Amino acid sequence: MLAAYTRPATQPPDHTYMRMDTTKKDTETGLVMDQSLYLVKAQCTQCHSSKLIVQNRFTRDGWKQKIRWMQANHNLWDLGETEKPVLDYLEKHYGPTTAHARRAPLKDIKWYKLESVQPQ
Amino acid sequence: MHSGSDRRDFLKKSSLIALAAAWGSHIVYADHMPADYTPLLFDEADALRGKHAGMIVQGDKPWNVEAPVHLFDDKVTPLEKMFIRNNGLVPEKVDVANWKITIDGESVKEPKTYSLEELKSKFRQHTYQLVLECGGNGRSGYQPQTSGNQWGQGAVHCAQWTGVRLKDILNDVGIKNDAVYIGYHGADLHLSRDPKKEAISRGVPIAKAMEDETLLAWQLNGKDLPEFHGYPLRLVIGGWPASVSGKWIKGISVRNKVHDGAKMEGHSYRIPKNPIAPGEDIPQTEEYFRIIESMPVKSLITYPKTGAIISSGAELALRGHAWAGDRAVKKVEVSTDFGTTWKPCRLEAPTNRLAWQHWNAKVNFPVKGYYEVWVRATDDHGNAQPMVIPSWNPGGYLNNACERIAVKVG
Repeated sequence: MLAAYTRPATQPPDHTYMRMDTTKKDTETGLVMDQSLYLVKAQCTQCHSSKLIVQNRFTRDGWKQKIRWMQANHNLWDLGETEKPVLDYLEKHYGPTTAHARRAPLKDIKWYKLESVQPQ
Repeated sequence: MHSGSDRRDFLKKSSLIALAAAWGSHIVYADHMPADYTPLLFDEADALRGKHAGMIVQGDKPWNVEAPVHLFDDKVTPLEKMFIRNNGLVPEKVDVANWKITIDGESVKEPKTYSLEELKSKFRQHTYQLVLECGGNGRSGYQPQTSGNQWGQGAVHCAQWTGVRLKDILNDVGIKNDAVYIGYHGADLHLSRDPKKEAISRGVPIAKAMEDETLLAWQLNGKDLPEFHGYPLRLVIGGWPASVSGKWIKGISVRNKVHDGAKMEGHSYRIPKNPIAPGEDIPQTEEYFRIIESMPVKSLITYPKTGAIISSGAELALRGHAWAGDRAVKKVEVSTDFGTTWKPCRLEAPTNRLAWQHWNAKVNFPVKGYYEVWVRATDDHGNAQPMVIPSWNPGGYLNNACERIAVKVG
């Protein structure tokens, strides 16, 4: 999965990896396409943006804690039989990444020629 | 769109498969949903209207939008480059002519209500430039990742606010000696649209509430507040997590204990009392967590934008801002050699207390190649920004690691 891949600073630009990334994204939400996607959309994006899922990475237990927290504080209903497929989906596509660093290299630098000092 | 009752009946009668087929991507599988509860599918107005095209959207329900760092080059942040961090939905209807604010709570002598017009006419008006920074600004730097918007460094601004001092209002109401904290109440809606729930209701200790710069403001950069920034009235409390600067203010409670509103609990805007290892799990209780107060020292390079290619031998002019929560910034330095040596910058005094301070410097590079320019500010207590990511915390707050830009020479 692209999001789990930390590209070394010296590698070619991102589009090389975009082509390698075969994960299909739902155009409406940006969430990974999967047979359980419709359940996730129904249960999660009623109240909040799908971006809150897309930009986060948790373990299965971490996602379950989020669900319990929303149930305790934010009127999320009991997911019933759909809780398992929802957690399966979140664990599969939005699990923790393996990169660890106290400071990652600067990445995605868009180089440009600085002609002259811009007065403020 | 189905009306509420139609939809509920439909949901009760239908199987999961039938729902999926009938509703396509908008299916609501909700046979466990309470009978009196019907979330509706309609969206807020677009918060990006009037914003700079370069703004980064972290979320659109609720709206969370930040600026890339190079857009902060202005001395006073213009509206189009100001971040938005909403916890709920903007009020659907704002009746300015009848807008009222009620001051109540255990520690007022008598509750009192003011109209917006009374606030404007009865009390002296003040204008300050104030740094409001989201407590989670920089959260994306933490590993393992923590929950919430994965902010870069753009959830901060220093705009000019006009309003009345909260202390003038509180003194007019009459406060008891046992006052400990204030808590605000806004007109924004909880994401679930449950009218009994507040999206966010935070506050500050009474001493911070009574500072000169703590305002109930109706103007931003000389104009009425915009809808997404709290129209028609908001709190502005510089130097602390911006979540204490409540928007769409309808009420303020003066409490005889620490305010216990929404987002005051758990690890919301709190950090561990004792430092923990990255990823360590600790109970989300008072015993283990303390409320974030003043934000830490921080600085940004706002010119040039990262990625600048300059010719060999050219001098590079740099500039930006620095701030330190309740404190002043004493020193700003830059390094072009990954922190091996530091060069002092020219640093201006703030326009007023709690405004950010502007800095500038000129640097030269010895040979062609790839460089990073790092900036580091030090506050008036000697606290400097760390070069690596600071102490990990479950909410991903207070990442004030020094800002870096990439520069190529030759």
